[in-house]
Amino acid sequence: MSECNLNTFETAWCPGCGNFNILDALKTALCDLKIEPHKVVVAAGIGQAAKTPQYINTNGFCGLHGRAVPPAAAIKIVNKDMTVIIDSGDGDTYGEGGNHFIHNIRRNIDIAHFVHNNQIYGLTKGQASPTTDVGHKTQVQPIGSVNIPMNPILLALSLGAGFVARAFSGDKEHLVSIMKEAIKYRGYAFLDILQPCVSFNKVNTFSWYNKRIYKLDENYDFSDKHKAIEKSMEWGDKIPIGIIYKKEFETYHDKVDFLKDDKALIDLENISSQSLKEYINEFI
Amino acid sequence: MDYNILIGGSAGQGMETLTFIIEKALKRMGFEIFTIRDYMSRVRGGHNFTQIRFGDTSFSSHRDEINGIIALNDETISLHIERLSDNGFIIADESAQYEHKGLKKLPLKSSAKKIGNVKVIGSVAIGSLFKLFNLNLSCVEKVIEELFSSDAASQNITALKEGNNLVDPIYNLNYSKKDDKILINGNDAIGLGVLAAGCKFYSAYPMTPSTSIMNYLASKMQEAKIVVEQAEDEIAAINMAIGASYAGVRAMTGTSGGGFALMVEALGLSGMQELPLVIAEIQRPGPVTGFPTRTEQSDLKFIISASHGEFPRMVIALKNPHDCFYQTVRAFNIADKYRIPVIIVGDQYLADSTCTVTPFDVTKVEINRYLNDDEYIKDKEYKTYELTKSGISPRIIPGKIKGTRVLVDSDEHDEFGKITESSEVRINMTNKRLNKLELLKEELIEPSYYGEEDAKVLILAWGSLDGPVKEAVNLLNNSSDRKYGAMVFGDVWPLPIKLLNEKAKNATTIVNVEQNATGQLASIIMEVTGIRCNSSILKYDGRPISGQEIFNKMMEVK
Ligand code: SF4
Repeated sequence: MSECNLNTFETAWCPGCGNFNILDALKTALCDLKIEPHKVVVAAGIGQAAKTPQYINTNGFCGLHGRAVPPAAAIKIVNKDMTVIIDSGDGDTYGEGGNHFIHNIRRNIDIAHFVHNNQIYGLTKGQASPTTDVGHKTQVQPIGSVNIPMNPILLALSLGAGFVARAFSGDKEHLVSIMKEAIKYRGYAFLDILQPCVSFNKVNTFSWYNKRIYKLDENYDFSDKHKAIEKSMEWGDKIPIGIIYKKEFETYHDKVDFLKDDKALIDLENISSQSLKEYINEFI
Repeated sequence: MDYNILIGGSAGQGMETLTFIIEKALKRMGFEIFTIRDYMSRVRGGHNFTQIRFGDTSFSSHRDEINGIIALNDETISLHIERLSDNGFIIADESAQYEHKGLKKLPLKSSAKKIGNVKVIGSVAIGSLFKLFNLNLSCVEKVIEELFSSDAASQNITALKEGNNLVDPIYNLNYSKKDDKILINGNDAIGLGVLAAGCKFYSAYPMTPSTSIMNYLASKMQEAKIVVEQAEDEIAAINMAIGASYAGVRAMTGTSGGGFALMVEALGLSGMQELPLVIAEIQRPGPVTGFPTRTEQSDLKFIISASHGEFPRMVIALKNPHDCFYQTVRAFNIADKYRIPVIIVGDQYLADSTCTVTPFDVTKVEINRYLNDDEYIKDKEYKTYELTKSGISPRIIPGKIKGTRVLVDSDEHDEFGKITESSEVRINMTNKRLNKLELLKEELIEPSYYGEEDAKVLILAWGSLDGPVKEAVNLLNNSSDRKYGAMVFGDVWPLPIKLLNEKAKNATTIVNVEQNATGQLASIIMEVTGIRCNSSILKYDGRPISGQEIFNKMMEVK
């Protein structure tokens, strides 16, 4: 870790929380890919997972609840030389920020989005999240959650995302490998990470997941969208992890000539006073 | 010389093009122009009108009395006839079911039909209009050639000539032919200011009457290399702009009151993260959907206090297209210098009204980004929120200097941007941020002042009422022994108070003129200075207030 200089900071997470492995995996992935910390921005909203940028010495953007995606997308638009990663929770991404999650898929900007999905609200002490299973009892849902849980994998696929994956915080090595693929992917890469919350989610524990998850192996063809959709609907007794769908296509930058061919937007010259004069004269 | 022509019809009748051709041609002939646009929130039907005021002296406002009407339907006549001057004329089709001494029933439709294109009916009317003023058609023809494809242009020019033969002149106008101005509306002037300021990122969600800023910038996107992103909602729009600002470019968003209401949390984010941001808030009557296409100045108190918690911001009310250009550039410079959000405030009246102005001088545009490079960072660890004497921390662009980390947060944070709950840090950081408000006072531009230096009656107004108030004060001083003066605020938050204190001392009557129902400027002035207005002229029907109307109401003020 020291040779790639990604410091560890003291965290505010509960001991045993699934977030630790995700943070470690992120550091390992960046080190393995030899990306310098000052060339990375980790963006987040609000929540336990959203504290990730505080705990890694890359650049960090800790924004508003639910609003991690818009600034991250803009940062990449402005500076394509940066590696932009979003690390935020299920409440932040699927609840408060659902609209941005949806529309950013349509933009296909080259960023990696890691959702720490613990199926619960941690920071506010244990209410249902958009991915909480039906019947899961909490203080606010005393009769159990009655709403149909969101299927983020299927949702991302339905919107045309080109990289859709799931990993488990309890399998760090696998998580690192998927994270690396996501960061390398040209376009919007979505990775839902199953992350046990040891303090407030007494249902979806490490052992609950361990009993159910299985890795997609080399026999699985992740370029087949129909198969991917089928896989995305597997939940319950068996939960697949790995790259569920992957196919590269034109990114946001590819479609805008001056973003594609030129230097990063941040490095472009301002318009000349000659052009400005011409624009003004168009009103003559 | 001061004429006022109303063009009315329903949405979808091509009035916008008709108006554009007339005002542009008149402008090219050297006339001064002030055109207002009154349209309904619908794409077809309803009643829309425009009013082109033209003459040989410059106008700062529209005028209510009209000298001529081009009526594309009968409703136009019945709705506006009251405002027609005694010897005024009406150009209408021969099918019009209306009687009036000034009514010229002309074969507009049949002429257009004869030419083989019913859409050229407007050009027939223009031909007649120009003949009534005895103005030749060369400038109109030129504008039409620039606007249409060659086939459509030649049909329209034939229509012009047809129309020209239908009437005899009533006026005989001389014109200067000195065409040295531009004809522009407030939002396009803001758009030019955005480009002049070197802004590279504009994200917004469409909302009348702010959308035309985005339209203008989008039309220049490729050439000027500015990203114009239509966001999924206003919340995304402002958060994207803040992200772009973090990444280092000048960034902006624009909206109207309803959209701004959605942006307020992120307004605080810009204040807390100390990331420069410019927001255009182009007002329309609220609350909520209100009058989508009409005008009002009712968001001022909301804008100066929007978002929870305490942080510095600057609010600049735009007065006219000239201001729209230069103040937009200034807004970016101030945002960068102090690392704060700056809100420029317009309204539908300013956004959509076109007028003749001296072309903007690009040599007067200065850009200062207040950014630091590796030189500054040498040998020390970069702190995003370094506590300096002034409260302004040196800013660098993330990714440009090896070994640096730019960390920004919405949580309270220490100098490095690390989350903290320390009471000492909290106090230091709050003071650091709020001290910028003190520094901003040095930046403030005092309000414009019109009328008698030692005025006894002082009018107070802000933003786009600049033009109407200026005209009203001239009328007042020309027709009364009382001494009138008017002060119009551009910079409105923090509130500049020097000139106000000075003039208020001498005045026996202070009147606030505002397009809102509660007198918001007067309330802010009262709060900041203790100066109380004795009387108010408030208009809140969504329609703009003219110089004449202010004059009339002022005459009733004791
Ligand atoms: S509350 Fe849950 S998610 Fe949050 S830090 Fe504790 S264990 Fe982790």
